[in-house]
Amino acid sequence: MTVILNEGDSAGTAGAASGSPVDAAPEPGKAMTRGRLVLIRFMRNKLALVGLAIIVAMYLLAFLGPLLTQWSYEDRDYTAFLQPPYADHIFGTDKIGTDMFALTMRGLQKSLIIGLLVALISTTVAAIVGAAAGYFLGVADKALMWVVDLLLVLPSFLIIAILSPWFRGKSWWLLVLMLAAFQWMITARIVRGMTLTLKEREFVKAARFMGQPARTIIAKHIVPNMASLLIIDATINVGSAVLAETGLSYFGFGVQSPDVSLGTLIGGNAESATTFPWLFLFPAGFLVVFVLAVNWVGDGLRDALDPTSTRVRKREKKDTKEKAA
Amino acid sequence: MTSSEILFDSPADPVVEGPVLQVEDLHVSFPSEAGRVQAVRGLSYQVSPGEVLGIVGESGSGKSVSSLAVMGLLPSSARITGSIKFQGRELIGRTDTELSKIRGRRISMVFQDPLSALTPVYTVGDQIAEAILVHRGGAVSKQAANKRAVELLDLVGIPNAAERAKAFPHEFSGGMRQRAVIAMAITNDPDLIIADEPTTALDVTVQAQVLQLLETAQEVTGAGIVIITHDLGVVAGFADRLMVMYAGRAVETGKVDEIYQQPRMPYTLGLLGSIPRLDVGEKQPLVPITGQPPSLTDLPPGCPFAPRCPMVVDACHTAEPPLIEVDGSAEHHAACIRTGEIAATDAEGAEAAAEIFGAEVVEEAEIAKVPREQRDTVLELDHLVKEYPINKGVVFKRRVGTVHAVAGISFDIREGETLGLVGESGCGKTTTLMEILGLQKPMAGEISVLGTNVSSLDSKRRKAIRRDMSVVFQDPMASLDPRLTINDVIAEPMQVHGYGKDEINRRVPELMRLVGLRPEQLSRYPGEFSGGQRQRIGIARALALEPKLVVLDEPVSALDVSIQAGVINLLEELKAKLGLAYLFVAHDLSVVRHIADRVAVMYLGKIIEIGEVDSVFDAPRHPYTQALLSAIPIPDPVKERQRERILLTGDLPSPANPPSGCRFRTRCFLHASLPPEKQRTCIELEPPREVQAPDHEAACHFAQIRQVL
Repeated sequence: MTVILNEGDSAGTAGAASGSPVDAAPEPGKAMTRGRLVLIRFMRNKLALVGLAIIVAMYLLAFLGPLLTQWSYEDRDYTAFLQPPYADHIFGTDKIGTDMFALTMRGLQKSLIIGLLVALISTTVAAIVGAAAGYFLGVADKALMWVVDLLLVLPSFLIIAILSPWFRGKSWWLLVLMLAAFQWMITARIVRGMTLTLKEREFVKAARFMGQPARTIIAKHIVPNMASLLIIDATINVGSAVLAETGLSYFGFGVQSPDVSLGTLIGGNAESATTFPWLFLFPAGFLVVFVLAVNWVGDGLRDALDPTSTRVRKREKKDTKEKAA
Repeated sequence: MTSSEILFDSPADPVVEGPVLQVEDLHVSFPSEAGRVQAVRGLSYQVSPGEVLGIVGESGSGKSVSSLAVMGLLPSSARITGSIKFQGRELIGRTDTELSKIRGRRISMVFQDPLSALTPVYTVGDQIAEAILVHRGGAVSKQAANKRAVELLDLVGIPNAAERAKAFPHEFSGGMRQRAVIAMAITNDPDLIIADEPTTALDVTVQAQVLQLLETAQEVTGAGIVIITHDLGVVAGFADRLMVMYAGRAVETGKVDEIYQQPRMPYTLGLLGSIPRLDVGEKQPLVPITGQPPSLTDLPPGCPFAPRCPMVVDACHTAEPPLIEVDGSAEHHAACIRTGEIAATDAEGAEAAAEIFGAEVVEEAEIAKVPREQRDTVLELDHLVKEYPINKGVVFKRRVGTVHAVAGISFDIREGETLGLVGESGCGKTTTLMEILGLQKPMAGEISVLGTNVSSLDSKRRKAIRRDMSVVFQDPMASLDPRLTINDVIAEPMQVHGYGKDEINRRVPELMRLVGLRPEQLSRYPGEFSGGQRQRIGIARALALEPKLVVLDEPVSALDVSIQAGVINLLEELKAKLGLAYLFVAHDLSVVRHIADRVAVMYLGKIIEIGEVDSVFDAPRHPYTQALLSAIPIPDPVKERQRERILLTGDLPSPANPPSGCRFRTRCFLHASLPPEKQRTCIELEPPREVQAPDHEAACHFAQIRQVL
């Protein structure tokens, strides 16, 4: 992953980083705020926009979709067993007559919620642990990094699988926490490294010399300056958390019945994939499209937030060539 | 050197008649988010063989871009039009392969940053040999190239050249790296050397050595030199002709003497007037050029300097003035419609600038009239020591040495006084600052702030003392959190110290006005301000708690000269208005002379000379002070050519292993000239600080006055 540092001040003045005497900023009246610049750069990336649209549409569909159909995922239509898609059941039905659309929406809902929560929790933990370790160093750093190393060597899939009988029947929140617990370590290491650099920046020193307590310095100066990394990380994490959850559920270790997720749907219907493809294709298709969209958005965000990204220049070259032609 | 002479062409017979480099109507533009940046807009100049052309301008004026265009080193997104003729051959439109045959062979370049100009994974000798082999691969064997590399290193004054050629770039100091880069530049006896800010990244003492070396390089190769700089002092004694650039165009060209004595373009005037002079004792007014260079994406019609020009009239906005001959001299051109009126003023050079720009000397503070002894002491250091251990081993750390960063320094600062702390990088200035600002118990010695000894402080009292002491950092890019609005930045210290919301809201706009910024800009982010404005914001933050002492860590060294003058003036005004005491750390002695009341010169963790600023600058006693002062260029070509330089040999010794006795003796020209029995005193005894004159102490066994200005 590209580590983005100092992005705040290099957004407008690309030449200033070379150590030459300070470059004058563009005229104050015309200056572009950083937020707008990022937005413009993001908007330019069509694939990322498509990705973003897909993600928004999927969340809307997952939560509003069940309202569009008369069927609930618990209802059974005893007149239609294993029917391929038709007007009444647009995604078809399974062998006990449940509407596949309602079922898929319910599964999508669960998977997306789990993905979002896991990403938020793991990125928050990574930010706090990494920044604290990097800022305080010494014993705190040693202890926290030891935990990170320990969690990194443990096989997360196996541990969650072993623990799964214990949280069977309990809330799905436990699954969220377990997934989050194994997803923050690498980001924490990156955050720690960035904190080490940021700590030497003069604005952090200035805050220290004016008597600002360490807690406030971390919350006010260090974490916000890593925002771009954390945003990208959280976005990508949603995708990988959904994948992890689906993987676990496929083997029966994740979400437990009667609740459904994309994983349980895919797992339960895998053997019918060739004979009754609608049972398998709809949940699997949603999963693939979602993860793909998340990755597009992640790429787009990285390009937009990373001042060293060359995409802009490439585009300009293309434009001039077109003009010349 | 004999074999070197064989390989160089004789400088007397140039290969081709006419100018080496002829640039005609050069335009360069780059794409950017806000539209195309017109970095160079119609630039024409020429360089004759053996001539030194200085290109001067602020950052963003297009000076580097134009020379990179000559080298063909601009990125492919740049659009270049016009004509660049090197020895009569057109360079624009040639392929990279064709240009490679000329680059390094006929035209060579010395870059600003010597660290990134050398490849870290090859030895210095190999890199120089490579420059030979690339261009004369067929004719010269590898051994011969290596031998020649050693000769070149010897020529540029690297001691033990044969030995050092096998060293890697990181084993060289900054000055030595720049020497190696110059050696590489002259390897193939080029006809043109382009030096892009070759001394900006270096210490003053090293800067003098490098300039001398460039002169030598020019003598041996007979090449034309283009030296690019933002410092008018550097080129004064070195260049033959000067070209001042502004907003991508030349605004004044001519012989060095003419431009320094009779500048005819208000911008050149402003530049000359903005430099503090090392050789002027009484207070001189500094000319700040208000405003900022225009953005080069969308220039309005008319003279681009008009918005900042004190002499602007309506006619300036109609069309961009062309370069016209002034004073009837064929060589002196200026792009201004009012050159005649500038010529009509009686004053010359910098004085004319002060007159036209209306700059005035800042009044002294009330407190400055009270005799020094009767004022309160704001800060006192007594034999402060700071050492860092050098550890080895991964699991079991063994202490293998000690870096004596600060080795027992003492000074005091009284109310309303400015102490300038100067020295080369690595002498312990910053460590001293950090020790003072940290407010922790020092390893040895004592720090007292406002009469309170910091070693006995609890955390509550320490926080209380922080109110009275604040800091302004060097780099205005890094010292403000890019994620906070200016309002939050300035309010932060007041929030920490529990000011009420109303009081903060009242005080923040007040502080903005105090440092000369508009309160309407409070909701903006630091990225939207220029370097000078950011430094003003940093000063506003430092003043938020109404401190008694402000610690300034090189506050103007990262700024362009024109903007630097404004910040220095501001600091002086604030000091007079608020009765502040400054600890001013700087490596630029002319700035220190301008702003400081007393000055302390540091060398390897010790103060070797301290005293009243005029006394120290006019009658320096310590050889190191003398060398430092003589190394600073003066922006006056006549004076500069007559001055005698004391060149220090070598670099600062490692503070982990300082020389015995007097720490300066390894580089001291006085020590070298002494008879052996006196030399022994230097080697065995550490010189104590002795009073030389009223308020003037120096630490040298054989101190004597030597005037160097």
